Amino acid sequence: MTNSLRIGEARRRKRRMGIVFFVFSLAILLLFTPGTRADDVTTFTFVTARGMEIPIADLIFPTLVGLYLMAGLAALAGIWQFAKGFEHPNAVLGVVAGFFVLAFLTWAARGRSMNMTGMLSSSLLRAVPIALAALSGIMCERSGVVNIGIEGMMLMGAFCAALFGSLGGSVWIGLLAAMLGGGLMAGLLAVLAIRYKVDQIVAGTAINILATGLTSYLSTRYLQVNPALNRPPTFSPIAIPGVASIPIIGPVLFTHTLPVYLTLILVAGIFIMLFYTRWGLRSRAVGEHPRAADTLGVNVFKVRYVNVLLGGLVAGLGGAYLVLASVARFDQLMTAGKGFIGLAAMIFGKWNPIGALGASLIFGFADALQTRLAILAVPIPSQFLLMAPYLVTIIVLAGVVGQSRAPAADGRPYEKE
Amino acid sequence: MNKEAHETDARASTEVPSDHDDAASDRNTGTEPTPRALTVHEPKPGCRSRLRTLLVPLLAIVTALIIGALVIVFTDTSVYAAFEEGFLQGIVQALVVIIRAYSAFYVGAFGDPGQILGALLSGDTTRIIRAVYPLTETLRTATPYIFAGLAVAVGFQGGLFNIGAEGQYFIAGLTTVFVGYALTGLPALIHLPLALLAGIVGGALWAAIPGYLKGKTGAHEVINTIMLNYIAFRFAEYMLDVGGPMARGDGRPVSPEIQPSAYLPRLFPGQIQVRLNAGFLLALLVAWGVWWLLFKTTIGYEIRTVGHNPRAAKYAGINVARNYVITMAISGGLAGLAASTDILGVLRFMPNAFHSGYGFDAIALALLGKSHPLGVVLASLLFGALRAGARNMQGIARVPIDITSILQGLIIVFIAAPEIIRLIYRVRQLPKGEEIDLTHGWG
Repeated sequence: MTNSLRIGEARRRKRRMGIVFFVFSLAILLLFTPGTRADDVTTFTFVTARGMEIPIADLIFPTLVGLYLMAGLAALAGIWQFAKGFEHPNAVLGVVAGFFVLAFLTWAARGRSMNMTGMLSSSLLRAVPIALAALSGIMCERSGVVNIGIEGMMLMGAFCAALFGSLGGSVWIGLLAAMLGGGLMAGLLAVLAIRYKVDQIVAGTAINILATGLTSYLSTRYLQVNPALNRPPTFSPIAIPGVASIPIIGPVLFTHTLPVYLTLILVAGIFIMLFYTRWGLRSRAVGEHPRAADTLGVNVFKVRYVNVLLGGLVAGLGGAYLVLASVARFDQLMTAGKGFIGLAAMIFGKWNPIGALGASLIFGFADALQTRLAILAVPIPSQFLLMAPYLVTIIVLAGVVGQSRAPAADGRPYEKE
Repeated sequence: MNKEAHETDARASTEVPSDHDDAASDRNTGTEPTPRALTVHEPKPGCRSRLRTLLVPLLAIVTALIIGALVIVFTDTSVYAAFEEGFLQGIVQALVVIIRAYSAFYVGAFGDPGQILGALLSGDTTRIIRAVYPLTETLRTATPYIFAGLAVAVGFQGGLFNIGAEGQYFIAGLTTVFVGYALTGLPALIHLPLALLAGIVGGALWAAIPGYLKGKTGAHEVINTIMLNYIAFRFAEYMLDVGGPMARGDGRPVSPEIQPSAYLPRLFPGQIQVRLNAGFLLALLVAWGVWWLLFKTTIGYEIRTVGHNPRAAKYAGINVARNYVITMAISGGLAGLAASTDILGVLRFMPNAFHSGYGFDAIALALLGKSHPLGVVLASLLFGALRAGARNMQGIARVPIDITSILQGLIIVFIAAPEIIRLIYRVRQLPKGEEIDLTHGWG
């Protein structure tokens, strides 16, 4: 491609982004203002739960003013994009999309009130299992092993958490068992993919099917017959002293159960490990060019085994979260596709832990939004709201984010010469 | 993909995307070898090695059944109780449990041999049909599996990983059932093909979206098909929900019944409980059609070339982006037929929020069948038998139906990693075949 062509492409891209911003602005005006009366008022409250009240005044404003403000800000971004262009248009896109969501919430809560703290907090809670699934995928795939068995690993983790948590009467035993359960499935993936060089997607599929079968079979045989085996204890929320009393941020981020904190720490930890440690460099080298890594004395097989097993432990943690930090019981197929959404979050986040967390939060937010809106009696069939995050993901991936590139050796078995 | 796995049943069934496809497929299907075939240096397989190629898959199934038996025994309380009485009683009870379970399984999948023999000897058609009823259930269960497996297989051949068979199934279900109930007064000769076509078009259009997006923007089809699955599921839920546009209107979240003129004819109309229908024959026909398309036409050649190496295909003058759309549309159309045959042949309406599970099983089927139509058909028959057998096993021997998934998972593991089987049974390795690679990760 010649230089001038590339500049032309960049200019087109810049203009396209500007148009997208205007579309958002217009959408706010066309979708939300017609149904809003001039005297409608929106109330956002910031109520915190469970005796940790931090007094914050409710945000009360005329709905139309809020809508015009959001539409205006989006339009301003569009004008700026056309005139000068943003340096990080993708980030601005996120902000503009945020305006749209805020406008939607303003509209949905007109004449009523919406608890923003509760909403954000529940978004995080719903994002955690997705983020853990994505992290598990990142661990494996950065070293070149495709892991579509995350769903199965999580399911096994959830089952072990319920069974051993109930047997031992301790969340810690449940947590440990869940991680080992996930690790066991990951071990199978590792042996099949690395030792036997089975096609990794085949191996992952086999693990999903096997885990589905085993957990459903065993739960029919034992957990359903003997409910005492399916009554694990749960983690109770811990408010982190000091930071928990910061308005809004405190209740949203720092009043959760241990697995939630663990997830956030894992995101940061895996990010640092991946990009700033020798282990990370080796993993990425093995994922991009195993032969070169091998030549330099890195044990490709060992790196892959370790990473896949670690990924299994993380996925098991995701399963444990579903049981020990939320519903306190195992149900058949309870992961309900979270492993696959985690994979989507991983690709969305470009195989980067922070990006994956961001993508997970979007999915979590949409999930939380949908339950709130059902309460607010918004005149849109709930199914369409439930579709929205998936639709947005498709649009964002297609239009703006562009290609998300997998590690070069992802999915390819390594054979020593 | 593992080369030994390929070798084991390549001659019997499979085809792989490779440079020698045309030649290889000629050899596989028993047609006269073209001159190109002679350039492939492979000895003509003798009878013994033909048998040997079937040995590993058979041993894989047997091993899975043995492990399944162990799972059944180890989770049976009556066995533990018998072992407390004495070692011998325990062993006997374990054997009793296994035999009871697997005979129920066999009868559920293939029918009771005694009954079949008796019926055959009596010569009474009704009795024969009743006796082979379980077999017809196996074939009926295999029908949507064949379509869904073919869908994923075509995707693999074209270098696309279609996880979206489930979503395509839902959309095709909606279009097919709509044509099925909304059009009235048409002769069956027009109505039935129209309804089938509606399913194909629905699935094809839905699947073409990720194909288009991949070609146009490079957005990954895996993530897009997953997203479209959820969208399709919610859309179907909306359409069929009580009060929804396609709901029956009697307070049940199901579509209206389709017109009799859109019914896929049952193969034994005299026997009301036999639900095996023309959909199965259609599945076999379509499987042949897919084989023909993939290996005998220019479109198929282009699909496989893109699947093998999109960059090379591009330099060879193939429109890769257009090919992605075509491949996905074919794939989606096939997944759509799974829904059409289910609805027109068996259900005759569309229920809401049912989880077909085909999307998942379809991946396994395509992989087991090595993305070759004949392989997919065989794998589907196996899965159909497993599911039909397990239903009976649950009913009679009280073994949870989920044992099927355990068996399926194990069979996939053993067929994909034949070294494990060779290690257990000390089977010698066959001469090495060509390295093949069906899926390329996310690439």
